[in-house]
Amino acid sequence: MADAFRTADGGALIDRSRPVSFTLNGKTYRGYAGDTLASALIANGVHFVGRSFKYHRPRGFVASGVEEPNALFGTGVGPRFEPNQRGTMVELYEGLTAKTQNHFPSLEYDIGSVNAMMSRFFPAGFYYKTFIQPRVAWKHVFEPFIRQAAGLGKAPTEADDAEYEHFHYMCDVLVSGGGVAGILAALTAARAGARVMLVEQNAWLGGRAIVDEGEVDGQPLGDWVRARIAELEAMPNVLIRTRTQASCHEDHNYVLCYERVSDHDPDLYGGGPRHRLWRVRAGRVIAAGGGIERPIAFAKNDVPGVMLAAAMRDYLKLYAAKPGDRVVVYANNDDAYRTAIDLRNAGVEVPAILDAREGSNGDLPQIAREMGMRTMFGSGVSKTLGRKRVEGVEITELRPSGRPGALETVACDAVAMSGGWNPVVHLYSHSGGKLSWDDDQLMFRPDPSRSPIRHDGAPAVVCAGTASGHLALSDVITDGVKAGVEAADALGFETSGADAPAAKSAREDGISAIWFTPSSGKLSVGNKHFLDFQNDVTAADVELAAREGYESVEHTKRYTTLGMATDQGKLSNINGLAILADALRKPIPAVGTTTFRPPYTPISFGSIAGRETRELFKVVRKTPMHDWLAAHGADWEPVGDWRRPYCIRKDGEDRHQAVEREILTAREKVGMLDASTLGKIIVKGPDAGAFLDLLYTNMISTLKPGRCRYALMCNDNGFLFDDGVVARLDEQTFLCHTTSGGADRVHAWMEEWIQTEWPHLKVFTANVTEEYAQIAVAGPKARVVLESLEGDVDLSTDGLPFMSYVDGTLAGCPVRVYRISFSGELSYEIATPAAFGLSLWKAIFEAGQPFGITPYGTEALHVMRAEKGFIMIGDETDGTVTPHDLNLSWAVSKKKTDFIGKKAMERPFLIDPDRKRLVGLLTENPEDVLPDGAHAVEGERPNGKAKMIGHVTSTYYSPTLKRSIAMALIRRGPERMGETLTFPLGGDRTLRAKVVEPTFYDPENARQNV
Amino acid sequence: MTMNVLLAQTALADAETPADLAVEVIAEPLRGMITLRADLTAASTGAALGSVFGLETPTVRRFTENGDVRALWMAPDEVMIHCEYQQAGAKTAELSEALSTEHHLAVNVSDMRQVITLRGAGARQVLAKGAPVDLHPDSFGVGDLRRTLVGTVAAAFYQISDAPETFEVFCFRSYAPYFYEWLCASAKNGALPDAF
Repeated sequence: MADAFRTADGGALIDRSRPVSFTLNGKTYRGYAGDTLASALIANGVHFVGRSFKYHRPRGFVASGVEEPNALFGTGVGPRFEPNQRGTMVELYEGLTAKTQNHFPSLEYDIGSVNAMMSRFFPAGFYYKTFIQPRVAWKHVFEPFIRQAAGLGKAPTEADDAEYEHFHYMCDVLVSGGGVAGILAALTAARAGARVMLVEQNAWLGGRAIVDEGEVDGQPLGDWVRARIAELEAMPNVLIRTRTQASCHEDHNYVLCYERVSDHDPDLYGGGPRHRLWRVRAGRVIAAGGGIERPIAFAKNDVPGVMLAAAMRDYLKLYAAKPGDRVVVYANNDDAYRTAIDLRNAGVEVPAILDAREGSNGDLPQIAREMGMRTMFGSGVSKTLGRKRVEGVEITELRPSGRPGALETVACDAVAMSGGWNPVVHLYSHSGGKLSWDDDQLMFRPDPSRSPIRHDGAPAVVCAGTASGHLALSDVITDGVKAGVEAADALGFETSGADAPAAKSAREDGISAIWFTPSSGKLSVGNKHFLDFQNDVTAADVELAAREGYESVEHTKRYTTLGMATDQGKLSNINGLAILADALRKPIPAVGTTTFRPPYTPISFGSIAGRETRELFKVVRKTPMHDWLAAHGADWEPVGDWRRPYCIRKDGEDRHQAVEREILTAREKVGMLDASTLGKIIVKGPDAGAFLDLLYTNMISTLKPGRCRYALMCNDNGFLFDDGVVARLDEQTFLCHTTSGGADRVHAWMEEWIQTEWPHLKVFTANVTEEYAQIAVAGPKARVVLESLEGDVDLSTDGLPFMSYVDGTLAGCPVRVYRISFSGELSYEIATPAAFGLSLWKAIFEAGQPFGITPYGTEALHVMRAEKGFIMIGDETDGTVTPHDLNLSWAVSKKKTDFIGKKAMERPFLIDPDRKRLVGLLTENPEDVLPDGAHAVEGERPNGKAKMIGHVTSTYYSPTLKRSIAMALIRRGPERMGETLTFPLGGDRTLRAKVVEPTFYDPENARQNV
Repeated sequence: MTMNVLLAQTALADAETPADLAVEVIAEPLRGMITLRADLTAASTGAALGSVFGLETPTVRRFTENGDVRALWMAPDEVMIHCEYQQAGAKTAELSEALSTEHHLAVNVSDMRQVITLRGAGARQVLAKGAPVDLHPDSFGVGDLRRTLVGTVAAAFYQISDAPETFEVFCFRSYAPYFYEWLCASAKNGALPDAF
């Protein structure tokens, strides 16, 4: 019968008019809209939904919320398949496909469960103990075994097709948690006028007020809280996000909130993001995440059917799902009696309530007794019976001796356990909030005197309600209002008349500690007291760690893996450290907690990546000619964030052929290059010349307007870091060209010196790199091509001499034509406003057709400059090279009293004649091309190894010279002209090359001066 | 010989606007832009902006306007003037002339950026997806401006109208194709969280 465990009525969250069908491992089940996967399965009587990580033991639902350790599923199909989804958080939708995990070949019959029989050989620290010896076994036995066993779910096989995004939001008060305390804190602060954001990880608001009984201001608790929610929802200064978890708190109240936008409804897919990461900056954060109930360590407490007491209540009252037909309750507090009472009211048998305490005078045990339920104080569950489902429990008397005294066996199909409550202090603790131990309530609770603090010393995060350690309804209400008042006050809002409403709820008696329930029998026969369900860590593992000398809780955690699973020990940590404390004979606070690290629960990688995926993964900067080049065969390479064509391939050409054609065409006819990425910085002011004299190694101030100069820039260590042509535009204005990758760096460098060191200099700068498209036209036919364009620019030898520029118009485009050359050919670089770039490029390309013009790419540029012996920043320089090393002493002024790097260059090791200096290399066999970076060796070091004397910095096959050429930095290089150097290339291969002047082509510069 | 402005085109001349956007994402035509670096507190600067453009000097993170001409605060010593594309050259010269006795830099930068308009209810939410800025209408209104990152792109934006909710945002020209696509993806129908 379908959903046999659904009660006839009730279920605050389900809509019985909207049945929903879904599948688990291919079998179809029925649930209702509003169900979670967990509640729908429980309503169908399904509890066995997974195998544990280490021992592959059958596991079922323990909890009802994010803390669920066992019930992990693979959900969705294809690109939307996702493993390790907690069934308690997966909202049901029509057609949902779920699979159980960590078993082979099936959930029912699993080979891995043999591990359980071998469990005596898998103690704590098993990996560390076992995999040391024999060494050879690691590679062939242990590692393959671990790799096979590692992880729970299966990775998706298809790329995720969903979208994700970020959203920045600033508010006065961020409230995490939409239970009673959070709602009241939000309401109080909002009524005072604060901008409030309230986030709740569940799909609904109200927290335990929807589940549990109580009375506020004379109204039933549920009705009262719904009215408060309605008021909040109507306030314009309140933003409420459900399905949104405050996952991470950082300094300055920066909080990442993880919103699952469309997971619950596939119809929303595609219309928007699947997940959204809210990047919130708040004046104050109120952490009102409530509490998480603790399990109790008793033997075989992991059998499906053993659940947290409050979770059972959730399933019953939120989803009308009965956890079983006969439920034994085992607790050490009054709160668990609510579960017994609710179960009985729903028609579930409760054969026994086992209470570890000696007695209780609270209202709830009294009610239970009046309802005729059998309550046994001083007793507990020593062991469950059954393997894939609880079949009964053995009850023991809890004696001071610690020895179990078996009383009887009681048949049941579920066990509700409650070992007390832990406040959810994670958000408070992420950036350093400290806790103190409450010996009455047996919990670590926030210590407000040691909160994380803001820049001004005020508390950044304040916990409210159960998260602050308050369990009684009236205390929760008072604390929620107080948190709201304090937040509003601290931020300067008026909160007069914010009184806490009067609440009534059952009077509860205190808790007493039960960290471990003794059992008879041997651990090796399966009597495991589980602490960490997800990582299969038992009480015995923690005790063993203590016996082996692990005293620090952080070390014990890593040794036993307690709390290291995807649930990060939400259920296990406090129980584990209590057992550690006991084993070490120390009080619990002396042992302390492990660190609470964000995120609170795992969040999707997609949400972290946001929009920056697929085609938006990384920006690509495009010049105005980019699309034209792409359409004409550009073979791109990244240069900074730009893409520049390495070469522009014609049909059928490979890279090598294209580069060779481009070079020969430019040398013999004419080529054109998109040089728009070149950095361009305007420097203007009465002190501009003086400033540039300090910045460059050359003298710049003597440059005449209309003229250009190649100039070098060094850092304060005297090392070359950028070069380029400086043009003087007028008396006060210079245009400085930088390398393509260096524009932003050089501009920042200039501003840093102006703003921090030389504020007395009257200089302004502007980075105008993107204002101009720039086109280099190079080759013997360059002048005739440009002269064939309509224009008013005199391009003749005398009209525009080498290293000068002129302004004018070409082909309808405003231009500045520079007569400069990086190829050694007759060459013009034409700058035009970027909007004209493509038009001018096309005009030159058209005009060049009769002359055989070709666009060329960066590789041809590099080869041609190397043929001429021109250096390239980043090839010949590596941050440790001075201009002198590159034979550029001519560009380092001897007249100037100072410039950046001048003093540094005079240091002894920088004027050492033994330094590596630039030379050219010609291999003995002209077809052999030296590898980039190849080392030259000479003689031996004292240790018998070869002595390195330098390395290759640029190396190419030169189509112009029909042989290989290279540049290299070699010790005393210029003194070695004519020597032959040896370059071992690994193996037996060695190349020999002759040292020559580093100018291979047209050393007289006859070609560019025409 | 004179230049032919018909030859000039924006970085988004061929951009295609996807259907089903919640907010209009409009690639603006070329616009005149002038960077002025000067002492913004000096009377001479205010006088020059007044005489050449009829504009007041903008205060921190604000802009001033006179019809379609705007002065945007960019830095403590930097203002950007938006005007007619074809007038930018002449206006730059006029501004320089008006400030000829003062230390300043006025430069025509009309070609190095792309302006994109976001228009319609929710425009501010598109920006909030990328910018670490308080875009709540109580905090950011008409006349306000920020220079910041939007996603990974350096940008500036400012609100020019409340009804309809309209922002202009600009980035460097080379980033424009990427940025336009980013804005369109963020402005999709169904993708606005209704946060403000």
